[in-house]
Amino acid sequence: MASVRVCSFACILASLALPLFAQHEYTESEIEAGKAQYAINCVRCHGPDGDNITNADIGHGKFRRANTDAELITLMREGIPGTRMAAFPNINEPAAQTIVAYLRSMASTAAAAAALPSGDATRGKTIFEGKGACRTCHRVGDQGSRAGPDLSQIGSQRRVVELHRSILDPDAEIVPANRFVRVVSKDGSTLTGKLLNQDSFTVQILDIKDEKLKSFSKSSLREYTFVNNSPMPSYKDKLSTQELSDLISYLGSLKGQAN
Amino acid sequence: MRLINIRNMLFAVLAATGPLYAQVSNDRILRAGQEPQNWLTHHGNYNSERYSTLSQVTVENVKNLEVQWIFQARSLEKFEATPLVVDGIMYTVQAPNDIVALDAATGRLFWTYSHTPDQAARPCCGRVNRGLAILGDTLFMATIDARLIAVDAKSGRPLWDVAVAKPESGYAMTLAPLVVKDKVIVGTAGGEYGIRGFLAAYDAKTGKEVWRFYTIPGPAEPGHETWPANTNAWEHGGASVWVTGSYDPDLNLTYWGIGNPGPDWNGDERNGDNLYSCSVVALDADTGKLKWYYQFSPHDEFDYDSTQVPVLADMQWKGSPRKVMLWANRNGFFYVLDRATGQFLLGKPFVEVNWASGFDEKGRPQRVPGMVPTPQGTLILPGNQGGTNWYNPSYSPKTGLFYIPTWANYSSLYVKQPDEYVEGKAFRGGTPRPTTPNGIRTTANNLAKEDEGYGAIRAVDPHTGEMKWQFKMTDVTDAGVLTTASNLLFSGGREGYFYALDARDGKLLWKFPAGGRVVAGPMTFSLSGRQYVSIAAGNSLFTFALKQ
Repeated sequence: MASVRVCSFACILASLALPLFAQHEYTESEIEAGKAQYAINCVRCHGPDGDNITNADIGHGKFRRANTDAELITLMREGIPGTRMAAFPNINEPAAQTIVAYLRSMASTAAAAAALPSGDATRGKTIFEGKGACRTCHRVGDQGSRAGPDLSQIGSQRRVVELHRSILDPDAEIVPANRFVRVVSKDGSTLTGKLLNQDSFTVQILDIKDEKLKSFSKSSLREYTFVNNSPMPSYKDKLSTQELSDLISYLGSLKGQAN
Repeated sequence: MRLINIRNMLFAVLAATGPLYAQVSNDRILRAGQEPQNWLTHHGNYNSERYSTLSQVTVENVKNLEVQWIFQARSLEKFEATPLVVDGIMYTVQAPNDIVALDAATGRLFWTYSHTPDQAARPCCGRVNRGLAILGDTLFMATIDARLIAVDAKSGRPLWDVAVAKPESGYAMTLAPLVVKDKVIVGTAGGEYGIRGFLAAYDAKTGKEVWRFYTIPGPAEPGHETWPANTNAWEHGGASVWVTGSYDPDLNLTYWGIGNPGPDWNGDERNGDNLYSCSVVALDADTGKLKWYYQFSPHDEFDYDSTQVPVLADMQWKGSPRKVMLWANRNGFFYVLDRATGQFLLGKPFVEVNWASGFDEKGRPQRVPGMVPTPQGTLILPGNQGGTNWYNPSYSPKTGLFYIPTWANYSSLYVKQPDEYVEGKAFRGGTPRPTTPNGIRTTANNLAKEDEGYGAIRAVDPHTGEMKWQFKMTDVTDAGVLTTASNLLFSGGREGYFYALDARDGKLLWKFPAGGRVVAGPMTFSLSGRQYVSIAAGNSLFTFALKQ
């Protein structure tokens, strides 16, 4: 696992000898919290689907060295001597429990991705740059637009099921970092941009038309509203199942290296 | 001839630098409101109104405020302190526990007193300090390793230094002490570590403890029955004190807000009301004996510390003059209490609330069934940081309005988990989770929508609890409020602006981008006939005055 930012509070909590939690039905809240913890502590080594490390697939519900939640928590916090799995004593017990909830939830959703035919990343790249016209909005390396999310490292950030869902249903989840706003100046000119920052008096955006950074005083605007839907079209009826799988394979291969 | 010139020059210098230095007597503290050029107590005076009669800066000219000086703290901690100003000298705290004495006109440093906290210190929420107290020529500071230290105000030399509690057991102090007569009163934080909270008074000259009031009654004491029998839950039930109280000299009562019971989010092992957690207590200032209490949130499981500032006001109440206490609580309700008796006079929500539906005739909140933390999580309004929190409100006798720094549209998912007390370790019993994608913003960029929560200054009519106006911010706020006799309201927020509103209608009059979170209360003072306004933002203290 990756090294993590350590806060003193977490250290203090981590040193607390809590009773182990009984296994129970995991709530959406726990799974969401676990997803955030996984992104901070685990994804760098294990990857978004938990299968980055040979013989240590943790994303499909079966674990070589643990069965119960308690055993998984112990592995997380104490590590596995003689392997790359370091101890994470700073992950306190409740946080470790949410990671377990997320790991177990990954197993069920991973099944949906497994139903896809195997993809070819090279063909996927061709779709990305051609038929899909993805570079109209997305950037990979130094190619493409900055309007949409930069996909240069998307393969190390998103699970296959998440990529699948975003391509078919872009409105399903729009994370705050990908929010768009529409501003109308007092002279009536309209601009839609990616929200970069805001406060009570100003707003900072990336104009999707000219990719310029722009800052406005809210008092100079007639209108300032969030765009609720993603500007990305659905590819549900635009790509075949095989093309979809190829595209996902390509996206999954984007891990920050030159492409 | 030459002698006369020198004398004239000396007189001119003294006149330019303000009144001659004089000791801060009890009498001066009692009448602090009558010398608005100074700021002699943490909240400005014993009423804690955070209201100043200075009026040079007005609604009309506030736009001409400009920075006079900036003191950059040698600290990366949150700057939560409100300074004191005494006859031209400003005293404040550079976190965690350095006292600095500054020239209030220029910000230049006279001296620094540094205290290195014990490594066992473990304040839950930042190595912070909120300010100082002064009596005579002595400054008093409470430290994060639970010590009370007296320092000479002229030299910065330590005079005495006493241990108030054991930091290794989770005790800490972050509040500014309160001086009443010859005593220095402090309380202990540590509600997340299973402490047994208390208030204690120390002899200002010697540092000897004079009285102690435990905020959780012991066996055979009234209130002990509100903790489960035959367990030691009361011994580690929290009920911390971490915000400075108030004092009514006519009643000789000192008022303090008490924090949450522990563990925070799981009340299974502490059945009962858990007095005096989440209460205000009125204590005899000489003896520490309890005169009355009012519990805002019996058997709290939402971390609704009642560590707000008890604001004392004298007003007409239903046709008769009455000594009241105004209180906007973290639990989302605004209260008016009779401060002589503790009688509940009014309770009304000032933000969205779903854990209680109202009050019975005695002022006990009526709980909404099912609104409790669960293993699965329960969405509660207001969320864990509350409708407001420790940052000070203000009451303006001029407008008759009470001003509350508010978190609106804000909720948490309360998750209950088992916990077991271990001395000095965190003791929380669960966790609150965010209910929005952003949660509470921790990154530099604000990408939140209004329905995910926002900050506001809300002006409330204390007679009715009705909101008269609000000033919305895009982000939430941890900033206190200052009002003045010229109908100005100063505050800030997480966005890093320091601003002035018209206290009558909330209209924005002036703003200054300080570039760092405002996590402190503003104050004002004057020197040589010139009014100044000071606020900490980021890691610096900014002082403003009108352009000359």
